[in-house]
Amino acid sequence: MAASTNLTADELALIAQSPYKADFPLLADNPDLAFLDSAATSQRPRQVLDAQRRFYETMNANPLRGLYRLSVEATQAIADARAHIARTIGAVGEDGEPAADDVIFTRNASESLNLLAHTLPDVVGLGPGDEVCVSIMEHHSNIIPWQQVCRRTGAKLVYLRLDDYRITPEEVARKIGPRTKIVSVTHVSNVLGVENDIRPIAAAAHAVGALCVVDGAQSVPHLKVDVRELGCDFLAFSAHKMGGPMGIGVLWGKHDLLERMPPFLTGGEMIDSVTEEDAVWAPVPQKFEAGTQDAAGAYAFDADLTYLESVGMEEVEGRERLLARYLTDSLAGLDFVTVVGPADGARHVGAVSFDVRGVHPHDVASILDMRGVCIRAGHHCAQPLLTYLGYNSTCRASVAFYNDKADIDRLVEGLEQVWSIFNGRN
Amino acid sequence: MDVTSLYNAQFMDHVAHPDYKYDMGDCTCEHDGINPSCGDELHLKVKLGDDGRIEEAAYTGHGCAVSMASADMMSDLMVGKTPEEAVALCGLFKDMVTGKETDAEKLDEDLDEAAMLKDVSHMPARVKCAELAWRTLSEMLKGVSSEASTTEGA
Repeated sequence: MAASTNLTADELALIAQSPYKADFPLLADNPDLAFLDSAATSQRPRQVLDAQRRFYETMNANPLRGLYRLSVEATQAIADARAHIARTIGAVGEDGEPAADDVIFTRNASESLNLLAHTLPDVVGLGPGDEVCVSIMEHHSNIIPWQQVCRRTGAKLVYLRLDDYRITPEEVARKIGPRTKIVSVTHVSNVLGVENDIRPIAAAAHAVGALCVVDGAQSVPHLKVDVRELGCDFLAFSAHKMGGPMGIGVLWGKHDLLERMPPFLTGGEMIDSVTEEDAVWAPVPQKFEAGTQDAAGAYAFDADLTYLESVGMEEVEGRERLLARYLTDSLAGLDFVTVVGPADGARHVGAVSFDVRGVHPHDVASILDMRGVCIRAGHHCAQPLLTYLGYNSTCRASVAFYNDKADIDRLVEGLEQVWSIFNGRN
Repeated sequence: MDVTSLYNAQFMDHVAHPDYKYDMGDCTCEHDGINPSCGDELHLKVKLGDDGRIEEAAYTGHGCAVSMASADMMSDLMVGKTPEEAVALCGLFKDMVTGKETDAEKLDEDLDEAAMLKDVSHMPARVKCAELAWRTLSEMLKGVSSEASTTEGA
């Protein structure tokens, strides 16, 4: 099959096969599956599944509470994971040690963003006349919490719009001003796959005394993310999009801000002392972690980070860039397909959205599914973006390092059949 | 599942050359149905004859092939049915696509061509698409019969 691509023969050879599929039981056991929906959730390597099981078989106890060996081990598992995460995202103190206490466990990026939307208004004194600034390419998780906050406080929600799928410096200058109190933007769009240049956005926010939140759900899995380079105040992401378990996510924040924020959820584990009338909060990060934590999830996420290090984030990023370019080129090579997003494959991190002329995305996805090709179809939890782009829904294929060229070729073959069926040639 | 078991030539014919996709001039009742998450929009119109039976059903709108083909097959099936029969068929169709009714003979007999959509019962994400027209008709006709009974009562 001759897809039109600008990848060189050497580059194509690098993605001809995936040495990593063998690490992922679901992929290894289903060689006929072309899984192209990692932006929704990734597959999980055996190392993560084993770790989850190992936790429950060998160290299961409620962390933080117990004074016996098992509970201490569970507590240590969480602490180790916290430090590993801090190191992974460049959250290290001046002493070079990971700032583990600035890593808060949540259920997922959505919960991390909700935590901020509930606690930051107090810190910045959000009120009528103030503005919260997001981009039009946000996932609903980074829109709705702020919509609710604005409704509650009388602040206004302002959107950064796009030019050639970019947030331009002019747009940043137009929208981030003296009234701005919080800027919350995604690092990588889950629909367009484009990467936003966070550093100048964070600088613009700080220049007017605003805080900068980054949704890293689609970037931390694919890029070497360093919070010092981003210059942001908060970073939210989920484990399940990067090989870790479902149900555990992260909020990283600058320590002084975390200290000033009120708790989000209250209850067990997040207090120092409680009287009939009042309670004294535990220090950060426990202040934000009410109730029993997902210690097994944290332990398995730790194992996931170790796995990713064994692959190497440079390899992950490099391979995914080749796959994204090949995917974009392959789609652009079909004259009945329109790429919704940059035509340049080099601008895509993981995800490429597209439209098959005259065919509803749900029909595309159903036909592909019957051929063992998994893609996402719909509004991708980014309805304001799709409306802004003039679509009701799109198809989206997304790659991870464990994919190979054959997965994308199978997508292309499936799309050719979709076109045949809808044009009376099946 | 084989691709063409659902997206077969007969099904695609309803998509490409629908018989009932037009704006009816003089309808007795009309009703809108939407699937917000899919963007499917259906405007359904029905004309009742003097005998109270459905004389004509037609629709306009847009959506996926499953929702549109389903609307076309339904419009064909409903001609000559009483509102009560039509509502019962809508219920049967729902039972078919949700996998509650699997008697192929009964489905073929009662739902005619629409029985080919039984594969949707294996595609939970598409049930809403297939159901749209039938749900819309059922809502419309239940409104008609409750109006009629209110009028009778008064």
